[in-house]
Amino acid sequence: MSELSLRGENLHVWRGERHVLRGLALSVSSGEVLQVTGANGAGKTSLLRALCGLLHLEAGRISWGGRDVREDLAGFHASLAYLGHEPPLKADLTASENIRYWVGLRRRVKSPDIAQSLEAVDAPGLGDRLVRTLSAGQRRRVALAGLLLLAAPLWLLDEPTTHLDAAGQQLVGRLIEQHVRAGGLAVTAVHHEIAVNSERIRRLELARG
Amino acid sequence: MNATAAALPSREDIPSALDVAGLALMRDLRLAFRKRDEIAQPLAFFAVVTTLFPLAITPELPRLREIAPGVLWVAALLAALLALEHLFRDDARDGTLEQYALCGRSLTWLLYAKTAAHWILTGLPLALVAPFAGMALGAPVHALGGIVITLAIGTFALSLIGAISAALTLGTRRGGMLLSLLTLPLAVPILIFGAQATDLAMRARGFAAPLELLAAFAVLGVTLAPLAAAAAVRISLE
Repeated sequence: MSELSLRGENLHVWRGERHVLRGLALSVSSGEVLQVTGANGAGKTSLLRALCGLLHLEAGRISWGGRDVREDLAGFHASLAYLGHEPPLKADLTASENIRYWVGLRRRVKSPDIAQSLEAVDAPGLGDRLVRTLSAGQRRRVALAGLLLLAAPLWLLDEPTTHLDAAGQQLVGRLIEQHVRAGGLAVTAVHHEIAVNSERIRRLELARG
Repeated sequence: MNATAAALPSREDIPSALDVAGLALMRDLRLAFRKRDEIAQPLAFFAVVTTLFPLAITPELPRLREIAPGVLWVAALLAALLALEHLFRDDARDGTLEQYALCGRSLTWLLYAKTAAHWILTGLPLALVAPFAGMALGAPVHALGGIVITLAIGTFALSLIGAISAALTLGTRRGGMLLSLLTLPLAVPILIFGAQATDLAMRARGFAAPLELLAAFAVLGVTLAPLAAAAAVRISLE
């Protein structure tokens, strides 16, 4: 597997009348974690959404593996997993149905895989429960199980520890660590840095624009 | 099983575009059967409107028969409009559309699947219930088949065209009013040809011509509407 890298150069993003990101540059490679911190409204979410192509870039360029992502947006999307503020789960489906319909867009998943990934996030036995009956922290864990199954090399995680208890926060750190040790990349947007046991952590602090 | 760069799904693990669309369709159908009241709402509306007409105008079947096509179509159109609001809104709220846009698959196909599911859950039941409403309004038995066919095709075209407006109004806070305003002008031709086809069917005359025009609208919708809806959804995600 060749070395993967995500690079952003001179990123400018406007949200309505606000110039949120002004000429930002960043770079992450295989095995690295980029922790984006900053106060509320500093543009962490905007940065993540711009990185995955949901937000329009006023100027600048994002490259994945050395190529501009606009050349092959579908291919870039197929190699990233984005987890926003809210877990993308339907309240009226069970946890494993949610994962099946979400991950199934990318790859075929079988029930044992789903059960295994739920165990990996310390949420075994949640599979058959309707998501509306789960607590916010449990939903977050189900979303993390889906994230694992997506098997995407690039993780873009917006506040992945929200609603999680202490054990859950450690779990997120551990998952990110395993992911980057196996050659993946992770970009996290957080208020408080997630404790990840890795030497290869990059930091980016956003100032309020 | 860990998500690693080395464990990218192999080629045969990646579902085809048709599989993906099928999955999205099944998901919407399953969700809808968990929330049956949402399916029942437009149907109840349709039933109430069509049964109120005989009470308000006249119980004489010959006179009711005159207005039956119009009543059936206006009621069906409004019921379908009522249901349009749910087409994308819930998925936009909980981030499902975001994941659809980021899954590396064609958003057009996914929205096409969503629209098809929407029609199966709203348009098709309306078309199937319409003969009963039609009989209450004095429609002859030989016209019932025609009523089902015209309404099925008409509501299909309506779902597709409505998908564009539903996607365009996603960004607005209370899009319901705007959605109706945007959809109504586009729905008027469907209403005209649909009511005409039903009228001809009830008079036991050939109704192929207006039916073909309806079908032309549906084909136009099939080919163009999901493309436009996908573009609108991408804008709304910004």
